[in-house]
Amino acid sequence: MLVLTRKLGESIIIGDGIEVKIVGIDGDQIKLGVEAPKEVKIYRQEIFEAIQAENRQAMQVEESLINQLKNF
Amino acid sequence: MKIQTKFLGEVTIDPTTIIEFPQGIPAFEDEKQFVLIPLAEKSPFIILQSVNTQSVGFMAAYPFDFKKDYAFDLEKVDEEKLEIDESDEVLVYSLLTLKDSLENSTMNLLAPIVINAQKKLGQQIVLSESAHHPLRYPLRSKEGSVR
Repeated sequence: MLVLTRKLGESIIIGDGIEVKIVGIDGDQIKLGVEAPKEVKIYRQEIFEAIQAENRQAMQVEESLINQLKNF
Repeated sequence: MKIQTKFLGEVTIDPTTIIEFPQGIPAFEDEKQFVLIPLAEKSPFIILQSVNTQSVGFMAAYPFDFKKDYAFDLEKVDEEKLEIDESDEVLVYSLLTLKDSLENSTMNLLAPIVINAQKKLGQQIVLSESAHHPLRYPLRSKEGSVR
């Protein structure tokens, strides 16, 4: 892993057209600004984990609800 | 061909309707083949059933029935993965998380299931966070319905 030290207002460039800038520091929170082409997806890592967890939960279904859905 | 389904027991399916999910579905990455089975006639609900594993079946729904203004742009990377050409029909479903009652149940609008109906390719797509689509959108009653 490449580790770089940055100060407030400084940024790094990744590949063509992706800029990640430190826009705020408040205690243990760091605010990042990301400029990237539209086709590049950006989401917090925990979002993907949340979707995995939601899918696992979606697998647990009460039998009685299925009957309710059938008559929806 | 006959398959065992989670909600409807043994069901006969047409093998040409099998949809390939090359990446599986997050948390179920090994499941690469699914079929869509309507829950009942005229039902807004549909089952996304794994062809190979009986216990892996999701209840899903057509999201636009529940949130009329739901919309998102399919990004180029996703169009490429799903090999979508202009003439291809694209199906969108949202997975449901069903709780003890319909009132407490939700649908996942953040990560819709997008299917290329012609090429029989599907994927659960995570939409960009900037669009603020909810992971748990309340199902409540169908919009425009008197129920």
